[in-house]
Amino acid sequence: MAAHAHTVKRYRGLMDWLTTVDHKKIGILYLIAGGFFFLIGGLEAILIRIQLIKPMNDFVGADTFNQLITMHGTTMIFLAAMPMLFALMNAVIPLQIGARDVAFPFLNSLGFWTFFAGGVLLNISWFAGDIPDAGWTSYVPLAGPMYAGGHGVDYYLMGLQIAGIGTLIGGINFMATIINMRAPGMSFMRMPMFTWAIFITSALIVFAFPVLTVGLVALTFDRLFQANFFETGNGGNAVLWEHIFWVFGHPEVYILILPAFGVISEVVSTFSRKRLFGYSSMVFATVLIAFLGFMVWAHHMFTTGLGPVANGLFSIATMLIAVPTGVKIFNWLFTLWGGSISFTSASLFAIGFIPTFVMGGVTGVMLAVAPADFQYHDTYFVVAHFHYVIVGGLIFGIFSGLHYWWPKMFGRVLNEKLGKATFWTFFIGFHMTFFIQHFLGLIGMPRRVWTYLPGQDFDTMNAVSTVGAFLMGIGTILFIVNVIVSAANKKPVADDPWEDGRSLEWSIPSPPPEYNFKQLPLVRSYDAWWNEKQKGNTEMPPAEPVGPIHMPSPSILPLVMSIGLFAAALGFMYDHLIVAIGGLVVTFGSMFLRSVFDDHGFHIEPEEQEKGVHA
Amino acid sequence: MSAHDHHLDGHLPHEPEKATLEGRNKILGFWLFLGAETVLFGTLFAAFIALRHQVLDGPTADHLFELPMVFAATMILLVSSLASVFAVQALHQHKVKAMIVWLIITILLGLSFLGLEIYEFNTYVSEGHKLTTSAFSSSFYTLVGFHGAHVAFGVLWIGLLIAQIFKKGLTVVTAPKIYVSAIYWHFIDVVWVFIFTVVYLMGKVG
Repeated sequence: MAAHAHTVKRYRGLMDWLTTVDHKKIGILYLIAGGFFFLIGGLEAILIRIQLIKPMNDFVGADTFNQLITMHGTTMIFLAAMPMLFALMNAVIPLQIGARDVAFPFLNSLGFWTFFAGGVLLNISWFAGDIPDAGWTSYVPLAGPMYAGGHGVDYYLMGLQIAGIGTLIGGINFMATIINMRAPGMSFMRMPMFTWAIFITSALIVFAFPVLTVGLVALTFDRLFQANFFETGNGGNAVLWEHIFWVFGHPEVYILILPAFGVISEVVSTFSRKRLFGYSSMVFATVLIAFLGFMVWAHHMFTTGLGPVANGLFSIATMLIAVPTGVKIFNWLFTLWGGSISFTSASLFAIGFIPTFVMGGVTGVMLAVAPADFQYHDTYFVVAHFHYVIVGGLIFGIFSGLHYWWPKMFGRVLNEKLGKATFWTFFIGFHMTFFIQHFLGLIGMPRRVWTYLPGQDFDTMNAVSTVGAFLMGIGTILFIVNVIVSAANKKPVADDPWEDGRSLEWSIPSPPPEYNFKQLPLVRSYDAWWNEKQKGNTEMPPAEPVGPIHMPSPSILPLVMSIGLFAAALGFMYDHLIVAIGGLVVTFGSMFLRSVFDDHGFHIEPEEQEKGVHA
Repeated sequence: MSAHDHHLDGHLPHEPEKATLEGRNKILGFWLFLGAETVLFGTLFAAFIALRHQVLDGPTADHLFELPMVFAATMILLVSSLASVFAVQALHQHKVKAMIVWLIITILLGLSFLGLEIYEFNTYVSEGHKLTTSAFSSSFYTLVGFHGAHVAFGVLWIGLLIAQIFKKGLTVVTAPKIYVSAIYWHFIDVVWVFIFTVVYLMGKVG
C-alpha cells in the first residue's frame, strides 16, 4: 500500500474544534455543550424551587413557571443528560474496543453539530420571548394550535427534531462501530460492560427515536399547516400523541439509564479490584431490560382510560423489568463483596448510586400498580420517583464516569478532596430535595402547580426541598471548581492512573494520541488489560506491525449542514419561505459536496508516531 | 484496510462494495439506518390506521381511490426494484455500462411513479381531499407523501451516483454507494407494498 501523503489541511485553534472528526475531541465538545445545558437546566430547577419555597409565593408568575418546568425537563433530558452520555461514549468506546476511531467519523461530527444546533434553537426561545410551556411531554391539545398560540411549542418541536437527528446518527454510528471495529480477539462476550451498555443503548436509540420524529412531524403539521392529527374537532385523536410520545419516551428512559449501568459496572469492578460478578448475566439483563423497555409505554397512561385489560398487561410488564434490574443490583453488590474497595470520588458516586437507584426502582414498582397509580398520578410522588432514577441513577453515573475517565479524556486527574466534597454535597442535597417529595405527593400536592395555599402541611417540606436543591447547586459548582483546579495542575498523568484499570483504554497514554493505538491490540480475554498485567506484561500484545496509520480528514461541512437546518427551522416557523428553502439548500448542498468529493484522508507515518502526535 | 486500496489497476474484487472496511461499515450502517426508517414508517402507518375512518365531510377512501392507477404505480415500482437488482448484478460482474443502463431504467421508472403520484394527489385535491380536510386526509398525505419524498430523494441520489460513476468509474469507493442506494430502493419499494395494502386495498374494502 503506497502511503502517499495527500495534502490535507490540518487546522489549529478554534478551526480545529469546528472541523474535528476525532472521537476524543467530539467527546469533549459533547461534554462542554452538555455541561453548559446542564447548568441552564439546573438554573431553571433552582428558579422552580425558589418559587415553591413558601406558599403563595410570587417570585415568578404562573406563565413563567410553566415555561421553566417545560424547559427544565426538555433541556435536562435531551440537551444535558444525553449529550453527557454521548461525551462518555465518544471518549471511551473506541478505546475500549481497541479501535482507532468510530465507524463514521464525519457523521460523528455531524451528530454533535445537529444536536448543538437543536439545543441552541430550543434555548433562543428565551430571547425570542416565545417559550415552550406545554410540559416536556407536550401533550395535546395543550400543545396544539388552539391552546398554545405563538411559537413557543414550535421551538420545542423544531429544536428536538434537529437534535433528534444528531442522536439517531450517533446511535447508528456506535452500533456500527461496536459491531465492525472491535480489535482482533475482542469477541462480543469479551467486551467491557460499558461497551455492552452503549451497544444496547444505541439499538434503543435507533428503534425509539424515529417514533419521536414522526410525533414531532405530526404535531408540527398540525401547528404550521393546519393538519388534523390531534385536532379532535376534525377527527384527530389526542390519545394518539400520548401513545406516540411514550412509545418513544419509555425506551428513552432506558437510553438514559443503561449507559449509567455500564459506567457503574466499570467503576465498581475497578475500585473493588475484582472481576465484575456475573458478567454474562449482566449482559443478558441489559438486553432484557432494553427489550421490556419497549413493552411498557402505557404505564405512563394508566389514568387515560385505556381500560382494565390494557392497564393490567402494562402493569405486569412493568413489574417484570424489576427482575433483570434486580439481577444487576445484586451483581454490583457481589462485585463489591470481599473486594478491596478504594473509596475514590468515582467509586463514591457509584456506591451512592446503588441504594439511590434501588429507591427509585421501588417507587417505580409502586407506580406500576395501576389502581394505586390513580392516587400517585400527577403528584409529587411521581416527581420524586423519576428524579430518583434520573438524577440518582443517571447523573450519579455520569459524575462517577467523569471522575473515572477524566484522566483519560484530559490528561489531568481531578482533585480527590474536591471530588469527595462534590459527592457529599450533591448526594445529601439530592436526597434532601427529592426524598421529602414522596411524602408531599402522598399527602396530595399535585405536580406542575406554580404555587399552593398555606395550611396544607406542604410548607415545611417544600422549604426543605428547596434548600436541598441549593446544596445540589453547590455540589455542581464544586465540580466546576475541581475542573478548573485540575486544568491548572500541569502534572502529567500515567497511562493507568488508577493502577487497577481493566479495559484497553488504560493501556494507552492519557490523553491518547489521535490514532489511539500505534498497533491495534490483540485481545486475549475479558478484562484484557488487567489479565496482561497479571501475566507481568507492561503493554498489550500487538495484532499488527507498526506502519503508517490512515486518518480521516477534518471537515467543516457538518457545522455548515447544522447551520442550514437551524436556519430552515426558523424560516418555517416564521413563514419566511426563502430562509427555509435557503437553509435546506445549504444542508443538501453540503451533502452533495460530501458525496462528490471523496475524502482521501491522510497518513501518520511511523516516524511521526514516535514523536507522539497529541490529540 | 484503508480508503487507499482503490487504485487496484482494474483488478476489482468480486464484491467491490465489501472490499474495504469503509465499505463494510457503510453497508452495515445503512442497514441500521433502514431499521430506523422501518420504525419511522411503522409509526406513520400506526397513525394512519388509527385515523383512517375519520373522514368528516371529506371524500372517503372508497370514493377517492382508483385501484387500476394505483396498481400500475405498484407495478412500476416493483419493476424498478428488479432493475436495481440487475444493476447490482452488473456491479458484481464489473459490467459498468450495463450497470449504468439498469440504474437509468431504475430512476426512469421511479420518475414515472412520482408522476403518477403527483397526478393522483392533484386529482384528490380537486375532489376536496386536502391535507387540512380531516384526520384521514392529514395522515394519508403524511404517510404517502413521506414515501413519495423518499422516492424523490432516491431518484436524485441515484442520479448523482450515475454521474459519479461516469467521472470516477467503478471503484471500491463508488461500489458501496451503488450498493446501499440499491438497498434503499428496495426498502422504499417494500414500504410501498404495505401502503398499497393498508392504504389502498383496505381503503377499498372499508
